[in-house]
Amino acid sequence: MAETDKTLKILIVAILIDENTTAIVQGFTGQTGTFHSMEMIEYGTKIVGGVTPGKGGTKCLNRPVFDTVKEAVEETGATASISFVPPPFAADGIMEAADAGIKYCVCITDGIPAQDMIRVKRYMRRYKAENKMVLTGPNCAGTISPGKSMLGIMPPHIYMKGEVGIIGRSGTLGYEAASQLKSMGIGVSTSVGIGGDPINGSSFRDHLARFEEDPETKIVVLIGEIGGPQESNAALFYKENMSTPVVGYIAGLTAPKGRRMGHAGAVISAFGESAAEKVEVFQECGIKVVPNPARFGQTVASVLSSL
Amino acid sequence: MDIHEYQAKEILSDFGISIPRGGVAYSPEQAVYRANEMGGEQWLVKAQIHSGARGKAGGIIFCNSNEEIWTAADSLLGKRMVTHQTGSQGKLIHRLYVEEAFEIANEYYIGFVLDRQQEQIVVVASAQGGMEIEEISASDPDSVIRTTVEPAVGMQPFQAREIAFRLKISKPLVSQMVNILLGCYQAIINLDATMVEINPLAVIQGGGLVALDAKMSFDDNALFRRPNISELRDKSQEDLREMRAADRGLSYVGLDGNIGCIINGAGLAMATMDIIKQAGGEPANFLDIGGGASPERVAKAFNLILSDENVEAIVVNIFAGINRCDWVAEGIVQAVSNIDLKIPLVVRLAGTNVELGKRILKDSGYPIIMADTLEEAAEMAVTSWQKQTKH
Repeated sequence: MAETDKTLKILIVAILIDENTTAIVQGFTGQTGTFHSMEMIEYGTKIVGGVTPGKGGTKCLNRPVFDTVKEAVEETGATASISFVPPPFAADGIMEAADAGIKYCVCITDGIPAQDMIRVKRYMRRYKAENKMVLTGPNCAGTISPGKSMLGIMPPHIYMKGEVGIIGRSGTLGYEAASQLKSMGIGVSTSVGIGGDPINGSSFRDHLARFEEDPETKIVVLIGEIGGPQESNAALFYKENMSTPVVGYIAGLTAPKGRRMGHAGAVISAFGESAAEKVEVFQECGIKVVPNPARFGQTVASVLSSL
Repeated sequence: MDIHEYQAKEILSDFGISIPRGGVAYSPEQAVYRANEMGGEQWLVKAQIHSGARGKAGGIIFCNSNEEIWTAADSLLGKRMVTHQTGSQGKLIHRLYVEEAFEIANEYYIGFVLDRQQEQIVVVASAQGGMEIEEISASDPDSVIRTTVEPAVGMQPFQAREIAFRLKISKPLVSQMVNILLGCYQAIINLDATMVEINPLAVIQGGGLVALDAKMSFDDNALFRRPNISELRDKSQEDLREMRAADRGLSYVGLDGNIGCIINGAGLAMATMDIIKQAGGEPANFLDIGGGASPERVAKAFNLILSDENVEAIVVNIFAGINRCDWVAEGIVQAVSNIDLKIPLVVRLAGTNVELGKRILKDSGYPIIMADTLEEAAEMAVTSWQKQTKH
């Protein structure tokens, strides 16, 4: 634990990304990779190149393509990466990024085998805290700091710049929350997608710690769902370590036990993994619960007005 | 993906785990033939369905003669068996496994699961075999041994020995237990399984350790590299609607309610179902048509939802990001024009070009009920459903 805490402090400087972040795209020349790269460039993200093994030396969107992440980092100085690498090769791509010295990687890919992610997590333990790459995802919509930079596939215009931090598993439910906030004139400091897979790069707890240290964030919205222990772990972390208020929502009150609801990780298979049980933990830990998914905006507004 | 008991046993036997002699049967005659083929005097006729707790539900029948085997097989085949794991619909029995029966001296539980807290494989063992692990954990938590496996090097013999000694297995059986534990771990790793459970692992009269029941589940995301495992899929054990949806590339889970849901994104889909429930309705399904929500997917989704006879109203909730609302609206109009819609349809669009999307829906002339917010969509769906069915 001590090691993780140290990592967080060191990387907190910029809440994952800002206007100076330079990023490469893994899976740059694929249809999805190129399309979303265009969107990110249009938003102002400094995409400085990309990687597609075997296509090194060519150009894509007027930017250089490299065979390896190492080369891309050496030539462009990129510190971040976003990956659209297909599932069979995606875990390998994440480890390649970590080894090449990338500091922050967003993995969009949906469908990575769980054992590949176990291997990724084990591999990352070889790095000292100060050299360890932060990974968000896989199977997520990415990260956006409105007005600064976006590493993701979200529609950026629904995010207004502001003081609310968002951490969520689901893409579209996160959009729903952000647009409710915007319609009430409330903006977002950073929105982080941690993805819907059972084993992910970083957890709600990891990013709560970042938001707690972020002077731009006044309140955090945590959007969880059924399955796994990460929502409850985050609630305990909030109770013991945070002064920034957190409001939370858990999707899947109507989900039957043992059935996988779309996301690989959205399945109630053990005690404490249902929405009702997680909501109870939130309440016990003092997290204000959003009563239904149409009330993200109102709940945040009421907490903000009481600050 | 789940597989049957006999399939799990065949797999585990390749990894050095002893299993009873047995054979698959699709008819009472074949069941008798299988028993005679293997010989012996006592057999079990076991229903093969994707569920545990079959014994309690009457799915495992002890037999002493050909007649008893025939009668047992005849009573099971073609039935739907309900256990606490299958839901109220139950699962169809269309295969049996006939197995030699043993006098049991002692029963153990061993299980391997992918633990989401540790993000590693965890081995669970107990000397209280025969009961479900949830029951053991509740009634005798101290008997449950848990060991985490370091993924870089895999399970080590000393870890298996520790478990064997803590289970107080008789000395001559320790090395067999070690091999069984290491074999199960190898099976999980080599085949991308997410769960292996042997319960009971029994000490049989005058013999060694035998896996009397076995269960395995596999990671759907890894099936692309496990073609031999994919082949074990038994579609008869799946919900018909879910199978159709999967074949069309849609993510669907059937439920018992009346309000059909078409939504993009798994989280938004769950949230929409929740708010329908809170508004007094019951969702008929979970359906995620994917972030893209292309017109083809919308059309497929409508066909799928309408094939469910319980559906008496439909809610479409699409948050259009990269794909604009006008494009999604055109897809909805196209889908509706191809079907004879007799039930209320509530559509809520949000995101890029929402006004244009709404205009397309309005101008289409179809009786589409339009909602601006998630809350409105849920309320309108419930009230229109109540009107439709005069609840």
